[in-house]
Amino acid sequence: MTRQLVTGNGAAAWGARLARVDYIPAFPITPQTEIIETLAGWIDAGELDARLVLLESEHSMLTAAGAAAATGVRVFTSTSSQGLLFAMEMLYSVAGWRAPFVLVNVSRGLAAPITLGADHDDVLAARDSGFLQIHCSTCQEVLDSVLLAYRLAEDPRVRLPAIVNLDGFQLSFTREPVVVPDAAQVDGFLGPYDPENVRFLASRPVSQAVAVLGGGPYSYFRYEMHRAAEAALDIYEEVAASFAAGFGRRWDAVETWRCEDAEIAFVMIGSFATLARDAVDRLREAGVRVGLVRPRLLRPFPAEALRRALAGKRAVAVVDQNLSLGRGGILHSELAAALYGHPGAPPVIASFVGGLGGREIALEEFREMAAVARAAADAGASPAPRLLYTRSELRELRKLQGIAHAEREALASTAPRDPEAR
Amino acid sequence: MYRIRLHGRGGQGIKTGSRILGNAFFAEGFEVQDAPHYGAERRGAPIFASVRAARAPIHERGAIARPDLVVLADASLVAVAAAGVLSGVFANTTLVIASDEAAAVWKERLRLAGPLHLLPMEAAERGEPGLVGTSCAAAAARLVGMIGLASLEAAVRAELAELGPGIVERNRARAALVFERFAPLAGSVGEGIEVRIEALAGPEWVDLPHEPARLSAPDVFGAATSERVRTGLWRSHRPVLDREHCHRCHWVCSTFCPDAAIRAGPEGYPEIDYDHCKGCLVCVAVCPSHAIRAVSEREAGREREAGREREAGRERAEETR
Repeated sequence: MTRQLVTGNGAAAWGARLARVDYIPAFPITPQTEIIETLAGWIDAGELDARLVLLESEHSMLTAAGAAAATGVRVFTSTSSQGLLFAMEMLYSVAGWRAPFVLVNVSRGLAAPITLGADHDDVLAARDSGFLQIHCSTCQEVLDSVLLAYRLAEDPRVRLPAIVNLDGFQLSFTREPVVVPDAAQVDGFLGPYDPENVRFLASRPVSQAVAVLGGGPYSYFRYEMHRAAEAALDIYEEVAASFAAGFGRRWDAVETWRCEDAEIAFVMIGSFATLARDAVDRLREAGVRVGLVRPRLLRPFPAEALRRALAGKRAVAVVDQNLSLGRGGILHSELAAALYGHPGAPPVIASFVGGLGGREIALEEFREMAAVARAAADAGASPAPRLLYTRSELRELRKLQGIAHAEREALASTAPRDPEAR
Repeated sequence: MYRIRLHGRGGQGIKTGSRILGNAFFAEGFEVQDAPHYGAERRGAPIFASVRAARAPIHERGAIARPDLVVLADASLVAVAAAGVLSGVFANTTLVIASDEAAAVWKERLRLAGPLHLLPMEAAERGEPGLVGTSCAAAAARLVGMIGLASLEAAVRAELAELGPGIVERNRARAALVFERFAPLAGSVGEGIEVRIEALAGPEWVDLPHEPARLSAPDVFGAATSERVRTGLWRSHRPVLDREHCHRCHWVCSTFCPDAAIRAGPEGYPEIDYDHCKGCLVCVAVCPSHAIRAVSEREAGREREAGREREAGRERAEETR
């Protein structure tokens, strides 16, 4: 065991290495590429006994991942943003094969316009695919979650693929102290994959396929996936307890911070939740009774644990680093559905959208969100959704717009009147 | 908590410098976070890196909003608004600038209240730009006064090990020299005073209005702008035509060039537009008569006559501004 400075990408690679993965189908995309570069370097140096193959697209990469997992080997792959979207058809397909593996997604906002900064629109597009989802807030959590994800995904009661999500830049390229466990210690927690009846031998070729079905049998198989995902909630508790016993780090499905006596609770996922934690500590010093609730599991959705954590709060401030266009924050909708009609549910659920495309969230914004939530609780009605966007940001945007529109006007004035004249 | 930002351009080793500094802090028993921030990765593009170091676990993330220390490796970035060199700089921020101009000139120019020091650039760094990041890290390490030379040198060795003993030694020597130069200022940069959350101004949130698509679509229009961007500056190797072997087949190299940077001249020989050739070397690979070879830019530079070299340098400098 060593404690060293490791990036989130490095931590993801360490997770794959310690899980002793057999096969890594890969395709590069910023900000994920460092993961496959790191793994390729280890394979090249003889430190990792695995086969890494570069495919021609993420669509093929996911197909290869699912196909390999369906032969009974342990598979790791990773992507980001547009890459995840390009693979989307196969995400749904391979989940249906019930062949478990781990996909690390390094979150990056979606086009258009283009950004390299993180938000969760990419991974939330995979929300309903059948992949389990674990969301990380630190580099340590990335390494540990890859190990947890294999145990959970490969459990014979679950057998669904899993996504471990980390934020681009904020984790992917950020180094933090990370405890890298010894291989033997990990072997004690995560043994070789037992694929049960999923086996393939090159010496005994077989074809594997899924059938075209009518609605009745189709419903059975789809709902069985849903039941498996639901069952993963309780099984996650077992896995997390076993991990805590072995490594001394406990990763609950829902993490809470200073929540017990809080009047107001922030709800956030991902790396920016550590900003909320910092803000909670500072607001507590200023006498504001505030706490943080951070779901690590989003699929399956830990509704009961969230209800317990939030019971009796005067107000909840949900900070969504995503945007369902035409609806609003996705976590806000999901949380409202989980809380509605249950005894003790907070009367006010305020919706904030912030951190799109990696936009930072300032300390004073957390202070203000808590104040807005509290005022709403006093008034007895949830406030209108709020985008975290400041006057100075709008001023800078207007400057850029001014330049762009001036360019366009200039172009229009010099364009030939008759297209044929070109 | 110490909050330090290093600013420079892609290729100056700014990310590596932040890692050297982070590594050295970590060796001295600090909790550390180091992180680069950049847009599209490109040599010469603005980049900066954040280094945080504290005695307790760090929960802050992202770009440092109120730096205790800013080290600027390329003074021309002051004039690039998007580089954000002076973002969040306040009365307690120490600024270190790599520049040949006097500190008094910079004090007058920037009108900043905080301390300002120069990081003199050596001839060695001009020839090997990657040394600059190491210099920045060494200056920062000495200014905070919490890092010993042994930790700094070990950090240089650890972070650069993959690049071979020659580069490691040149960087180690440079780090030791800068560390010594800044000895009189050792410990002059302290941990930032934590501002109480209730004392922070703002946020001045605004409600975004609904605006018509002709205004709010993110489209950018411009005529023939790609011609103005000299993508040739990205190149590490250039294709060079060997006329003796060229069969003047007119089309193979020019058709396969993904940047349309090759055209056939009046005599039928291909003409390569080095302003826009990115050096992908597809033409080298596809030429059926093996008449195009790959030459490293360093080698090509030596081959070019001195006058042309000076002219290219002027053009590059203009572009940088």
